[in-house]
Amino acid sequence: MILATRQTLSLTVRALLALWRQPWFVAITLVQPMIWLLLFGALFKKVVEIPGFHGGSYLHFLTPGVVVMSALFAAGWNGMGLIEAIDRGIMDRFLVTPVWRGALVGASCIHAAVVILVQTVVIILVALAAGTSFSGTSIAMMLLLPLLLGGAIAALSNAVALVTRQEESLIGIVQFVVLPASFLSSGMMASNLLPGWIHDIARFNPVNWTVTAVRSSDWSLIGAHAGYLAVLVLAAGWVATRAFRVYQRAV
Amino acid sequence: MELAIEADGLVKTYPKGVRALDGLTFSVEAGTVFGLLGPNGAGKSTTVKILTTLTAPDEGRAVVAGHDVVAEPLRVRRAIGVVGQKHGIDPEATGIENLRLQGDLYGMSRRDIRGRSQELLERFGLVDAQKRLVRTWSGGMQRKLDVALGIMHRPDVLFLDEPTTGLDPEARAEMWQEIEGLTAAEGVSVLLTTHYLEEADRLAAQLAIVDRGSIVAAGTPDELKSELRGDTLLVELGASVNGRAVEALRNVDGVREPSMEGRVLRARADEGARAIPTVLALLESEGIPVVAATVSRPSLDDVYLRHAGRTFEEADQ
Repeated sequence: MILATRQTLSLTVRALLALWRQPWFVAITLVQPMIWLLLFGALFKKVVEIPGFHGGSYLHFLTPGVVVMSALFAAGWNGMGLIEAIDRGIMDRFLVTPVWRGALVGASCIHAAVVILVQTVVIILVALAAGTSFSGTSIAMMLLLPLLLGGAIAALSNAVALVTRQEESLIGIVQFVVLPASFLSSGMMASNLLPGWIHDIARFNPVNWTVTAVRSSDWSLIGAHAGYLAVLVLAAGWVATRAFRVYQRAV
Repeated sequence: MELAIEADGLVKTYPKGVRALDGLTFSVEAGTVFGLLGPNGAGKSTTVKILTTLTAPDEGRAVVAGHDVVAEPLRVRRAIGVVGQKHGIDPEATGIENLRLQGDLYGMSRRDIRGRSQELLERFGLVDAQKRLVRTWSGGMQRKLDVALGIMHRPDVLFLDEPTTGLDPEARAEMWQEIEGLTAAEGVSVLLTTHYLEEADRLAAQLAIVDRGSIVAAGTPDELKSELRGDTLLVELGASVNGRAVEALRNVDGVREPSMEGRVLRARADEGARAIPTVLALLESEGIPVVAATVSRPSLDDVYLRHAGRTFEEADQ
């Protein structure tokens, strides 16, 4: 157990050092959130005037949506690092050491969490600079809950990477999943104004669990959704660990 | 006799139906360098993948450092070091970071990691480069780091999968020296795979020739070569002449096993120097033009030809 923790930390350090040496990578991942936040936010500014919207500014409403959607993207791409490690032979070197498979997945998830945290801080700062304000609880939820969603998605992205072993496949799958998952939620539009069928689907959408929990001040709802997300993290982690078997059967 | 590796009847078929291993059996004595020699695609790398627990065999059984690779993979992993065919180094990290991570994965103590890293960096002449990102290193230096990573935790059995493929001649010669020193310095048993005949000849105490997923010959390099009596005759002809040249040679005293491949006529002779004039005269009387003729002592190339039924270069396409 101690060794497994140490393996996880060392692998995390490896991933974070690589990230530190490529700061432009984080910068690039911030371009899209800025477009959503500033352009989309400006374009649909008047949306809040629709009856049924709870008023306030659209930017204030949209920010948690952008935070969660960006977390989803960042985590989705996490498997790319793993494919790179496979292509370079690094993965095969790791797999013939006594490394715990969970440590490899765990390090990827922590790496994703750090990227998401940096993104979220920048998005919140930009939103604040644009004149929005958030409660302390709201900021705390924006910082914490996307990490759970990101952890789960990063683990699944790793699983896909291990099974497909191809960047093209991972890119395809991420794009197929991430945008629809964002739109089938209340990320951009008030929950009670969603079309009925989207509203129904959203109830089972982890993105929606995260967004509604971040916006909520109802602790029982926040607790329940955080619980769902935690279960999802564990399930995804298990799937990713199993995916190593599929990979090892194919090499 | 203590065995470092026992492979018994290994079979592995890949999803596309490629039978990579077809009942491969061999064993490696502890403390020696054992060479698996064969052309690309013979099954060498698949053998290494199975023995290092990276993938499982469909049939057969393998014991490495006293542990079954399928039943006790974790124990095998603790006992082995692997230098894969592909680089296993992280180019986006420094040399020392690569070594430190490797030590962490094996659970070595911090102090041991520090000491062992410096020891290996010194041995491989990498001290000055240790804090630079590995992607800025030369190919030879990167390969040395690969080997250093493989022996970082002082394994009992070391796998070197084509360690000098892609290196320039100078770097290859250096790497050979390092490998020769390994068994003495580390007391490690080594399984070396290679498709360079001279590499196997120079480094391996015991040798097995792999072809199409099974062992076709085994022994020391000298044993294998002495199975071939006499010298090798190679006669390059000016034109392809089908079977005529081979037929002509069948009746020459002291000349055996004539064969033709492209424009090269090949045969074995008890005494090459004596046979050459006879052979040349015979070819001339048959009207077959000769471009060049050589006599050489038997090489592993000849051993390969004898057991696999084709020359090494031909198989290595």
